[in-house]
Parts: sequence; C-alpha cells; structure tokens
Amino acid sequence: MVRPQENAAGADRLESLRLPEGGGEWIGAARRTALARLQAQGLPGRRDEYWRFTDPASLTAAEAPPAAVFVDPDDTRPFDSIERLRIVFRDGVFDPAASDDLAGDGIEISLLSDAAAADIHWAKDLYGVLEGRGQSPVPRPLAALNTALAREGVLIRVSGRVGRPVSLIYLHERETSDALLHHVIRLEPGAELTLLENGPAAARLNKVMEVEVADGARFHHVRTQGRDHERRAHTHIFARLGTESRFKSFTLTVNGVLTRNEAVIELAGEGASAHVAGAAVGDGRFHQDDTVFVTHAAPNCESRQVFKKVLRNGAVGVFQGKILVKEGAQKTDGYQISQSLMLDDDSQFFAKPELEIYADDVACSHGSTTGAIDPEALFYLRARGIARADAEDLLVLAFLSEAIEEIEAEEIAAELLSRLEAWLRRHRR
Amino acid sequence: MLEIRNLNVKLEEEDKVILRGVDLTVGAGEVHAIMGPNGSGKSTLSHVLAGKEGYEVTEGSATLDGADLLEMEPEERAAAGLFLAFQYPVEIPGVGNMTFLRTAVNAQRKARGQEELSAGDFLKEIRARAKQLKIDAEMLKRPVNVGFSGGEKKRNEILQMAMLEPKMCILDETDSGLDVDAMKLVAEGVNALRSPGRAFLVITHYQRLLNHIRPDVVHIMADGRIIKSGGAELALEVENNGYGSLLGEVA
Repeated sequence: MVRPQENAAGADRLESLRLPEGGGEWIGAARRTALARLQAQGLPGRRDEYWRFTDPASLTAAEAPPAAVFVDPDDTRPFDSIERLRIVFRDGVFDPAASDDLAGDGIEISLLSDAAAADIHWAKDLYGVLEGRGQSPVPRPLAALNTALAREGVLIRVSGRVGRPVSLIYLHERETSDALLHHVIRLEPGAELTLLENGPAAARLNKVMEVEVADGARFHHVRTQGRDHERRAHTHIFARLGTESRFKSFTLTVNGVLTRNEAVIELAGEGASAHVAGAAVGDGRFHQDDTVFVTHAAPNCESRQVFKKVLRNGAVGVFQGKILVKEGAQKTDGYQISQSLMLDDDSQFFAKPELEIYADDVACSHGSTTGAIDPEALFYLRARGIARADAEDLLVLAFLSEAIEEIEAEEIAAELLSRLEAWLRRHRR
Repeated sequence: MLEIRNLNVKLEEEDKVILRGVDLTVGAGEVHAIMGPNGSGKSTLSHVLAGKEGYEVTEGSATLDGADLLEMEPEERAAAGLFLAFQYPVEIPGVGNMTFLRTAVNAQRKARGQEELSAGDFLKEIRARAKQLKIDAEMLKRPVNVGFSGGEKKRNEILQMAMLEPKMCILDETDSGLDVDAMKLVAEGVNALRSPGRAFLVITHYQRLLNHIRPDVVHIMADGRIIKSGGAELALEVENNGYGSLLGEVA
C-alpha cells in the first residue's frame, strides 16, 4: 500500500530527528518530553484545521528553502536610536562580540546553550512547560519540535523594573541558514520589562518564546519582522499571566514569503490584561498569518486582539483568532478585530474569528472586514490639495493606526510609523 | 475668475444627463449664490468643478483664471486656488485633523513653489483661525470629522478654507443641518474671508444663509441649467413664493 506523499515525508522527517546530545538532566527531560509530544502529533499538514490557509510544507521540510539576503536601500535598523541592551544572533547563533554585556540590575540573562549545560536552572519550571500547556486544544507541533531541538536562545529573569529595553537583534547572513531559537522570560511579581525584537534571523526561523508574567508584572513586547523578501519565519509566543498583570505585544511584518506568528495566551490570574496586535504590509510574494488563541481562565480579565493587514499585488493575509472564556471567568472583557485593506483585486485575506464562551456574565466582541481604500475619503484629501499617492499613503497609515496605537512607547510607535511611510513610498505603483 | 461655458455633464455609469448647458461667470471679489430645488444639479456642478470621479463632461468648459479646470486632477485644482466646502464632510478615522490640515497646506504650498510652513508658524496660524470659528484644541486633535456634530463638521470646512486661502470658494449646501447659531458662526467665518481677490459660489436650497452672506448675484438653477439670474432680491422671491412660480414663469 502506498502512503500519501505528505505523510511519508513527514514520518521520515520525524524518524530522522535527533535530540541535541549532552546537557543537564533538566533540559534533557524537557527535550525528550517535547519530542514525544511531537511524535504523537505528527507534523502539520494542509488538512489540519489551523493550516488550511497556510501551507506548512516549507516550514516542515528537512532543509530550509534558500533565501537571498536583502540589502536595504536605507541601511538603518529599527530601534537604533533607543538606549537598550543588545543581544545579537547571526543566523540563529549568538554573537558575543556584537552584543552588550548581559549583566544588569534587576535582570538576569543567560544563554540557553550555557543553561542547558548546567545541572539545574530556574528556566526548568518554564522551558517547554508553557509550550506544553499551549498544545491543547490546538496542537502546535512545530513549537514542540523547537523545544526538542533548539540549542540557543535567551533566558531572562526580571525581578525589578528594568530601565532600558532588552533588544534581540536577528541578522540573516547565509542564504541557507535554518535557525531554531527558544527564549524563556520570567517576570517576577511587580517586575517590568520591555522586549524588542527585530530582523529576519535566517532563511528559515522557528522561534518559541515562553513568557511568565507573575502577579502585578508588566511585559511590553514590540517586534519588527522585515527586510528579507524570501525569508520564512514561524514564531510562537506562549504566555501565562498572573493576577493584575499586563501583557502587550505588537508585531510589524513587512516583506517575507512566509510568516506565521502564533500567540497563545492564558489569563490565569484575576484582573489580568493581554493585548496582542499586529500590522502587516505585503506586496507581491508575501504570505502573513496571525494565529492567536487567548484563554480567559480567571474573572475580571481583559483581552484585545487588533490585527491589520495591507495587501497588494497577490499578497496573502491570514488571521485565525480565538477567545476562549472558561467557566467561572466572569466579567471577561474580550475584543478582537481583524481587518485587511486590499490595494488591488489580486490579493487575498482569510479570516477565522472564533469565540467560545462558558461563562454567562461576559462582554466579548469580534469583527473582521476586508475592503479597498474609501474613494470618498480619497477625494476629500485630494480636494484639499494632497496628491493621490500621498493621500493613499495617508489612508493606509490611518487604517493601520488602531494596531500601532497598541504600542505603548510613543517614540517606538513614531519610528515604526516612519518606517511604514518609507516602505509605502518605495512600493508605490 | 471662474468661467463656465455651456457645461454639459452626464453620469459616467449610466445615461443620465445632469447638467444641460450651464453658463456662469464669477468675477474676483464677487459672491454668487446658486439656488434651486432638489435634483436641479447644484451639487453636481460643485462636484464637477472640484474634480470628483463618476461624471463625464460631454460638452463645454470651466476655467479658473483662464486655466482649464476640467483637465486637472482634483489636487491640481486645489493648488490652483479652488476650494469646495463639502455638503457632507468625510470622516477619516486614524488621520488627525491637525496632521491632515498641515499636510494639505504644505502640499498646496509645494505645488505653488512656495516654502513649507514650519510647525510653529502653522500652529500659530491654525490656533488663531480656529479661535475665530470657536473650534477648540480638542477638535483639532481628533481624527478628521470623526464624532463631530453637523455644525462642527461645517465649521471644520470653513477652518480648512481659511487655512488654505483659496481664491475661488465653492460652498455646497453649507447651511444644511445647521441651527441658527451654527449658521451665523459659519457665515461670520465666510464673511471674514471676503476680499477683493477672492470669489465665492454659495450653493443653497434655502434663502436663510443668504441673510448672513450677502450675495452680489443670485442664480436659480433647474433641470441642469441656470434659468434666471438677478440680485439678492431674487433669493427673497424664492423665499416668499417657492420655486414653483419661478419654474412656471420660465416654462
């Protein structure tokens, strides 16, 4: 009997996986458990419910499809003007020379490669644990694969209020690089951290970030995924939020043949708040997928999902967002909006908004729209003397503004806006 | 200043003729009013002059100081000095009123080869103009027209007109949806802008706005053409007798 090609290739791939050798017992156990999870799930295929709009083949293939390194016409990188602690990875490999000293007040940063060699590490309680919790009810096999195989990443523990942001900078330098990064972040009660991420990382990136936000702690996350047109990235955030904690994550995606960002967030403590937002702009060979799962497991929590995509010239946008309100999570305030702006007739937007509610005293709303630039608004701007192309850019930025407003730091929001403006100018017809 | 000759216009999408040979000359410093029943083509005339899509000019011409308006993009008409105060100002979420106005002012200055206004000069000027129109700072910060009342929207149109300093101002039913106080405020704003180098074309269904903005010439429009022109007294005639008698008279 001949098995379907896809399953055969997937099964062969799973057979061939070898866990990293050596290391402390804690990491070995976490890796073995993750591998068992992955083998039980199998690799994702097009027929899986949450992979219907995004083909995982290039993410699951044994080798990364090559991706040319893109040279940016204006060679500045995001966040350059911000005072921050820089941690640099080249094609997924830590570069100590380009990075700042990792020591700081109220913050403890180690590399996964170092921690894995140790007999015991605080990350033991989280590494693969939050990822494991996030595997149900929707399996995320490539996150399990990451936990099993990743050799590098940063482990950050914050006990106070950290003055400057921690900035993870990902450089893509080899056309065939295939990077696995696994970060673990723990904010102790009342702690506060801003985490910045930018860069294409590799020809193919699989990244997992596990974030524990303890009671009263605040986590701000801003990342940009840009530059290289041919890169592929599949990222996961698994977050667990304690009582009265705050979680805010914003992602800007430009360029890239394939980007899938999954966020799995559990509001576990009363009065917690989680905001996940994204702005994506794509022209041509661009496929960008936001898959979000927010679980309200405690009463009086608030969550917001705001995703906006601007698509042109055959670009594809996907949004799969769920709010699950568990029994007893009364007074939940859940909001979800996903919108696409089509700049021509060639692009596509797939949206799958879901609500599942088991509590009776909640306020949840969701909406999804797709549309073109409003001709009335365009005429209004032009009638005031603003040239068509400028007026269109203004309306595109206006469309994205609800997502960008989710960035707390004004200087960062302003910088990303000006980057978006530059991108729009470069991509005028 | 504004010269319209035998203007014939139909809808682009369907075979519906709206303007059937409009002739109109507005000289510098003059205020002309166009009155007429609903569906007479008043608003269409203003849209066609401003360059809105969806209309086809089948015959005739429209020039501003000799320049062919109909050949220009809407933004070029604006830079040439034409301004249309919209009957229904458009709400634009996500674009701040102030950003919008500054972009517009500087786009026009650039198109005319002038230097852009500095942020400081712009702020100073807009504050002074806004104060005259009783527009508070909060309204300037809000997104363009979003959550504005009818009166606020119309005052915002006049503010834009004041900031852009056009030479030919077209007001399309600016009085619609306004109460008496709001109308007075708008009229004061318009009157403050009257000058020898600037002309106005005030389109209105009712005579009452013309009590506050005194026109030099009143035109009555019906069925796509101007059927009668006269002095300010013509507006009063409409007010007293309605359009019916005038239409009958011409027919």
